[in-house]
Amino acid sequence: MSSPLQAFTNGIYKENPTFRLLLGMCPTIAASMAVSNGIGMGLAATFVLMGSNLIISLLRSVIPSEIRIPCYIVVIATFVTIVDLVMNAFLPQLHAVLGVFVPLIVVNCIILARAEAFASKNGPGASIMDGLGMGIGFTLALIVLSAIREPLATGVVLAAADFGFDGIRLFPQRYAMAIVNQPVGGFITLGLAIGAVNLITAKKKNKGSRGAQGGAGK
Amino acid sequence: MKQLLVILFSQALVNNYMLARILGTCPFIGVSQQFETATGMSLAVVFVMTMASVITWLVQHFILNPLGMAYLQTVSFILVIAALVQLIEMVIKKNSPGLYRALGIYLPLITTNCAVLGVAIINISSNYNLVESAVSGAAGGLGWGLAIMLFAAIRERQRLAPISQAMQGFPIALVTTGLLAMAFLGFSGFDVARFIGL
Repeated sequence: MSSPLQAFTNGIYKENPTFRLLLGMCPTIAASMAVSNGIGMGLAATFVLMGSNLIISLLRSVIPSEIRIPCYIVVIATFVTIVDLVMNAFLPQLHAVLGVFVPLIVVNCIILARAEAFASKNGPGASIMDGLGMGIGFTLALIVLSAIREPLATGVVLAAADFGFDGIRLFPQRYAMAIVNQPVGGFITLGLAIGAVNLITAKKKNKGSRGAQGGAGK
Repeated sequence: MKQLLVILFSQALVNNYMLARILGTCPFIGVSQQFETATGMSLAVVFVMTMASVITWLVQHFILNPLGMAYLQTVSFILVIAALVQLIEMVIKKNSPGLYRALGIYLPLITTNCAVLGVAIINISSNYNLVESAVSGAAGGLGWGLAIMLFAAIRERQRLAPISQAMQGFPIALVTTGLLAMAFLGFSGFDVARFIGL
């Protein structure tokens, strides 16, 4: 469990924070309106996860267990402030679109959950890799969801205002469904996507157990 | 006075914290299995959001702004909210055991409810004064409570419905929330200021 490579790959599929652990729903829905927002939010959360996991792992023998949650929150909030200020300076349009969700990374349950479940029990190396894996898993989930929502809602994919890129038009504006970009579309897309992941996992498990019974691996 | 009514309606219905702003999804889905627990949670959220709005406004205007430390907003607000929730829990436990029995178990969960930190930040960025902030917090809590109570009532009925294996639990809850949000989308063109004749 604590080997760094295992810690890294764990977050990407088997314990994907969005699709398997079902954590951090609000930013997932709010930041998956466009692929560029998804990547921005994902990378911001990855940075916070790696930073807070590292610091908490280093301090794990110093922090008294009674007040560990407030201590974790201060560490996390510090990294969130760094991300907030950096994003405001270098990617102002992304910062404006994500709005209140940038400071709200501090209450993203993925980060506190990893601090509590992993970083407080493992060494700094494994903790950084766990943060990186979880962050990439979160980013990939955001990319999947936004790659569904952005074209359906606007007909365009990969638009990034900060880089002056208008995106690639897949079909004319008049066929676009703006409601997919509303919270409505976010809830329904996420619900169906988790359903699909459940279906795939169940199928795989079925296949696996049948394969094991037949004595043939996979 | 009319300004306060505008804030009340827009925070509770038009910009509903759950269904339009997407804040507080985790407790929304986590504690909506039963109507009674959802009611308890809503009461706790209204209480904490109002208190947090007032306290964070005071922190921003009397500590952070005079000292020129507005960049510490995130750190100080989340600490103040965590401490406030703890304090409320202790006060209620000591003074009102009945209320504690009703709200007690929901209070610790509220620190991680992003609607609470969200309302504090939104109040500051909307330049509300102290009274407006308090109304905004209460209205936000009421709107969130309305959404979770409607949702819990739907979920109680849903338990009897045949739902495919893969969609059970979380996925169907999210799709249902989406449909509820669609209903609330009806409020989005609602001009509150004109409606009450401002």
